[in-house]
Amino acid sequence: MRKVILRPYLLAITLFLFTTVYSYAQETAEAQPAESAAVVDSPVPNGNAENGEKLFKSLCAACHKPYSRAVGPALHGVVDKYDGDFEWLYAWIKNSAELIKSGDARANAIYNEYNQVAMNAFPQLSNQDMDDILAYVELPAPVIEAPVPDGKDVPVQTGIPTDLILGILSFVLLLLAVILYLVNKTLNRFAEVNGVKLYEDGAERKPLWKAYVENQFLLLVTVVVFLLGTAWFGYGYLMQVAVDQGYEPIQPIHYSHRIHAGDNKIECKYCHASARVSKHSGIPSLNVCMNCHKQISEVAPETLAEGKEEYSIDYNKEIEKLYEAVGWDKNTQSFTGENKPVKWVRIHNLPDHAYFNHSQHVSVGKIECQTCHGPVEEMEYMYQNAPLTMGWCINCHRETNVQVKDNEYYTKIHEELSKKYNIEEFTAADMGGIECGKCHY
Amino acid sequence: MKISNLFILFLALTFISCADKNNPNYQYFPDMYESLAYEAYSEAEIFENQQTAMIPVENTISRGWMPYEYDNNLDGYALAKVELVNPLPYSEEHLTNGKELYDIYCATCHGKKGDGQGYLVEREKILGVPSYDDQGRAITEGSIYHVMYHGINTMGSYASQMSEEELWQVDHYVVKLKNALEGKPERAYETNEAIEITVEETGEVMQINFESSN
Repeated sequence: MRKVILRPYLLAITLFLFTTVYSYAQETAEAQPAESAAVVDSPVPNGNAENGEKLFKSLCAACHKPYSRAVGPALHGVVDKYDGDFEWLYAWIKNSAELIKSGDARANAIYNEYNQVAMNAFPQLSNQDMDDILAYVELPAPVIEAPVPDGKDVPVQTGIPTDLILGILSFVLLLLAVILYLVNKTLNRFAEVNGVKLYEDGAERKPLWKAYVENQFLLLVTVVVFLLGTAWFGYGYLMQVAVDQGYEPIQPIHYSHRIHAGDNKIECKYCHASARVSKHSGIPSLNVCMNCHKQISEVAPETLAEGKEEYSIDYNKEIEKLYEAVGWDKNTQSFTGENKPVKWVRIHNLPDHAYFNHSQHVSVGKIECQTCHGPVEEMEYMYQNAPLTMGWCINCHRETNVQVKDNEYYTKIHEELSKKYNIEEFTAADMGGIECGKCHY
Repeated sequence: MKISNLFILFLALTFISCADKNNPNYQYFPDMYESLAYEAYSEAEIFENQQTAMIPVENTISRGWMPYEYDNNLDGYALAKVELVNPLPYSEEHLTNGKELYDIYCATCHGKKGDGQGYLVEREKILGVPSYDDQGRAITEGSIYHVMYHGINTMGSYASQMSEEELWQVDHYVVKLKNALEGKPERAYETNEAIEITVEETGEVMQINFESSN
């Protein structure tokens, strides 16, 4: 009886819940009308901003940004600043040093304001070129790119919050449990009323475990399985002691190898320069970061959105952390001299009794970094890819042929070995790469 | 039942303990694991903040380097541009190394050809990278080295990533790229080996070694 009453009720509740959630999701998706900025009259009437953009990006952008200070001042508004005196601007852009020398007051003022950093001369630019550049920098700042945080964040959550889904699920499960309990109770009552006997009276049922124990064959099988299992897991357990494969610590500043080595194809050795010439593949000092991040103070809006969406990381905040650590003041574009060294967490660490030399593998053996470190260019978080156990080292030494071609390190040993054993290809093991003393001394 | 329950619990615990990827695994008798000697990047009490990765002490010269006398300012740049010359012979070996290093450290912005169209420029991550044949800059051997050593404007110093000799090798290669961009004929290789000069009077063979003494 109750079952019949309950079911439509339950259906109604779940239906109601799902429809409300669905409509909520639709609302958030629709509430996003993009507003384009109004067109403002350019103070440079005869300039072609498109051509100017190209010129600006190739010639000026090293030191200038249109809307914020870089090495030089922000250029937006420069025409108004100098009262539309185009002749003066042309003279400055073409050869600022000459203008300063001539004693021009405005030239000297800006030169001194920016710590006497000289601007390069651009004799190759025509007046039309300069008009184009000025037209480009005088374009109003794009408004659409700015509201990324509040604009893209809402639909990022894909409508339904995970908590809500989980809540509904657990609610449904709870209802199911209650229903089952009620059904069971009702059926029992029916049985009682109709006089159906569920259990035979008197006969004491033998517990399951007793029947199991009394069956010797089953017991034997159990013991064998148990022993084998223990041996198997025990062995596996002992073998992973002190092996840090998959170790993925949280670093003080989040650095995405995926973006740097993957998307931007920066060479591994650009940052880990000492891997070429030394035992250690050094952790880059922060000045190496600043080689690019002096100019890149913010990531592209798409990258920012991707980071927040997929990894819940605000990349811009991580760059801020870098600036704080290295002591870089974005507003004055200079180092403050107050730095806070970063305590990176070391991931790959060989025990003291094993010797490993990076340059020997990278420069001499010409082994790709990825052979041991795995697909670093895809790693958002860096982790230890290889077990770094002795067996792993030895395997590679046995299996990998030494790259002898065009490799003067091996010219001599290749000649000798190929004469002695009559072979063309040989592995590291063939030339003594698995002798104890090579790594343990 | 009880035994299998325990077993499952044991398995679960094992998996849970393995699943913690944020911490390193534990070690068994780690006597020979941790170095007693100071290692690169290890923490050392004798230094402030226990930091061993530090810049060289003032007024000392790193191994493989000679003091660089041109200041990191406009005057130094102008002076280096005029006077400084590459001490390495223009040899095939130095240029091969120079190219290899250039492709790692410079090409990502300056482009493989030196035209300022590197991958990062193409992706508009870094902007305003000049071509080596830029007239306003008119770079020379000396100014190239000066800029690599000290950095200029947004470009940083590369002295921490390459040695003195390597910087000069890149210097040769950049000049080669610049000449190629300007359509100038390629400079002939200088031999890296000793040039033998026979002194007529005595018949003695003198060797003048042009190799750099790095």
